Amino acid sequence: MNRFLAFVKKEFFHILRDRRTLLILFGMPLAMVLLFGFALTNEIKNAKIAVLDLDHGPHSRQITDRLLSSGYFQLTQNLRTYRDVDATFRRGKVKLVVVFPPKFSQDFARNFESAQLQLLADASEQNTAISLTAYATNIIQAYKSEQNAVGTSPPMQIDVQPRMVFNPELRGAFVFVPGVMAMVLLLVSALMTSVTIAREKETGTMEVLMVSPLSQLQILFGKVLPYLLLSFINGCVIIALGVFLLNIPLNGSLPLLLAETLLFTFLSLSLGLLISTIADTQLVAMFASLLVLLMPTIFLSGFIFPIESMPPFLQYVSKIIPASYFIEIVKGIMIKGIGLNLLWKPTLVLLGMSAFLMAVSLRNLKPRLE
Amino acid sequence: MTRILYMIEKEFKQLRRNTVLLRMMLAAPVLQLILLAYAANFEVKNLKIAIVDQDHTTYAQRLAGKFRYIDNFRFQGYLPNSKSAYQELLASRADLVLVIPPHFERDLGKEDRASVQLLVNAIDGTKGGIASGYAQAIIRDFNAAIRTEDIGFNSDGPPRGSPTSGAAGLDVENQYWYNPRLEYKTFMVPGILFELMLLIGGMIAALNIVREKEIGTQEQLNVTPIKKYEFILGKLTPFVLIGLIQFTLGLFVGKFFFQIPIEGSLLLIYGFAFLFLLLCVGLGLLISAVSDTQQQAMFAVFFCLVIFILLSGLFSSTEDMPQWARYLNLFNPLKYIIEVGRNVLLKGSTLRDMQSQFFTLLGMAMVLIGLASWRYRKTV
Repeated sequence: MNRFLAFVKKEFFHILRDRRTLLILFGMPLAMVLLFGFALTNEIKNAKIAVLDLDHGPHSRQITDRLLSSGYFQLTQNLRTYRDVDATFRRGKVKLVVVFPPKFSQDFARNFESAQLQLLADASEQNTAISLTAYATNIIQAYKSEQNAVGTSPPMQIDVQPRMVFNPELRGAFVFVPGVMAMVLLLVSALMTSVTIAREKETGTMEVLMVSPLSQLQILFGKVLPYLLLSFINGCVIIALGVFLLNIPLNGSLPLLLAETLLFTFLSLSLGLLISTIADTQLVAMFASLLVLLMPTIFLSGFIFPIESMPPFLQYVSKIIPASYFIEIVKGIMIKGIGLNLLWKPTLVLLGMSAFLMAVSLRNLKPRLE
Repeated sequence: MTRILYMIEKEFKQLRRNTVLLRMMLAAPVLQLILLAYAANFEVKNLKIAIVDQDHTTYAQRLAGKFRYIDNFRFQGYLPNSKSAYQELLASRADLVLVIPPHFERDLGKEDRASVQLLVNAIDGTKGGIASGYAQAIIRDFNAAIRTEDIGFNSDGPPRGSPTSGAAGLDVENQYWYNPRLEYKTFMVPGILFELMLLIGGMIAALNIVREKEIGTQEQLNVTPIKKYEFILGKLTPFVLIGLIQFTLGLFVGKFFFQIPIEGSLLLIYGFAFLFLLLCVGLGLLISAVSDTQQQAMFAVFFCLVIFILLSGLFSSTEDMPQWARYLNLFNPLKYIIEVGRNVLLKGSTLRDMQSQFFTLLGMAMVLIGLASWRYRKTV
């Protein structure tokens, strides 16, 4: 046991000595939370638009003013002909062009004849295109109903009262904080363990360890333990950042959340061990962790893109990705405030996965080097 | 000159021998591109809806029926009351719950006005917003339908289901250029393609020099007469070539598998791909030259990549970001190349349209490669 502790101590020294890696390890979650929390918004502000006014009437001017004074749009160009639109779009700055056809104001004033107005959006930036047209349409419709004057409410009106449960302000942080947590834990645990073990193999120090009186299991656990601790601290840092910096509620029980975090860390470590039994060089270990673990976690766990919209095949794939269960659990505990009575299923899946992975990687361990 | 050729030959031999790596480098991007393009989809489909019907009248049943056989929704069943509705949301068995209160039909008939409640799970705010929008549109349609048939009241509106709605006198027509059917794959594929190039090219290059340091072969190279620039060029060339092969594969998949248009000149897009690869490999070599261990190098690359990717506009528009993020983005090569990818492939932009991106990328590549050769020391 003493020998084991000494070994763990040695591993800690190794990690602590490498300041740069340590800096990145703790800087990364901070940077990600900041970026996601404050930079990645989908709010429209001062979007650059161009106007093609072939009408030059009062209504076209007023609608343009309305659009520009809303704060969402900013006029960059007045176009002359329809052909300018393509050229403008190709330069890539302007994302929306408002077209008032000739005699627009006349038609609009006469009212019984439908006046037409076109919104041309550059859909090579799809998300922006959709929101820009939606915002512009709303402003134009509001102008129209004002002009329509006193509208009496139509008969048999059904009012819909939507209630945004759990997240009334529709804040993005509620989705990405659990996602970032899963990502960082996976990164630190799986990537780091698989790479350090591969490193010992690559530089030849594994042989030195093998001839030491430590058993192979002790060596592995000694290597894994420091990372378990590091990732767990990282997980706590992210939770704290989320709660104190981004004001995410912590409605459920903190001990349960920490226990689940520990469980997920353990699972990631088993994955790292499994990779290290296959990979002989750091490069291969890294590639495997990156391509097999990290990318699918980012894209298929429901962290950025909703799982329900994926083709059925990918929905099945997402079922074997541990992070999707962990994200569900974290959301459940922090935001919904539910406990194990509703979360036993994903927890059980995580437990099963860890046991399975640990068993497989222990079986795959080779007692000696080739 | 021959020294560079020998260096390149050595690098290629090493690469060829490492079959695992080679296979990963060529197969992974294609697989990833296919997987990610299918996964990267902000559309909201298959929403689970449950209904609380406390009215039990014809109107209520008809309204509920509207949600039963419609594409975007999957009907989960009726619930007894609002409290159980909340329970369903907690357990994630429903994404939204429609509550039809008692006296719904009576109020509608007598007071010409009734209200229903829509409970939406909004943890994912974007999804919640869209889901609520879909549901409201269906209720509006139903509203219009009962109006017309029961009182003969003509709501004067546009035909039902038309998204470009407008009432009397004004018709707003939306046109989505370059991607009229709003196909997410068309929008995502060019971006993912370049993202994968940065990921793979940068990573492998970053681990390269530092690996020689770590396993000690760097010293052997140091005692050869090879010059610094020859060394860097020799390291650069194989990775750029492999990157171009990856790019070609990716472009094929994009064109023939996803049918993304290639409107612009192929030569132009290849020119940009080449430039971008130089930049990626340059970045990798620079990180490699300043790191002591592969682990450090890897984490440094990874850190840069995560920031580049998140800020690049792959997922959210770069123009809506706060000022500080936009300043950061001035140094983000991925942002420029994704703009180029989307503009040239989808819109057919020319070099003149893209000149600022061209010069920025060129400058960045030169600076990075310059720094890498400057920082690379032939001493230990």
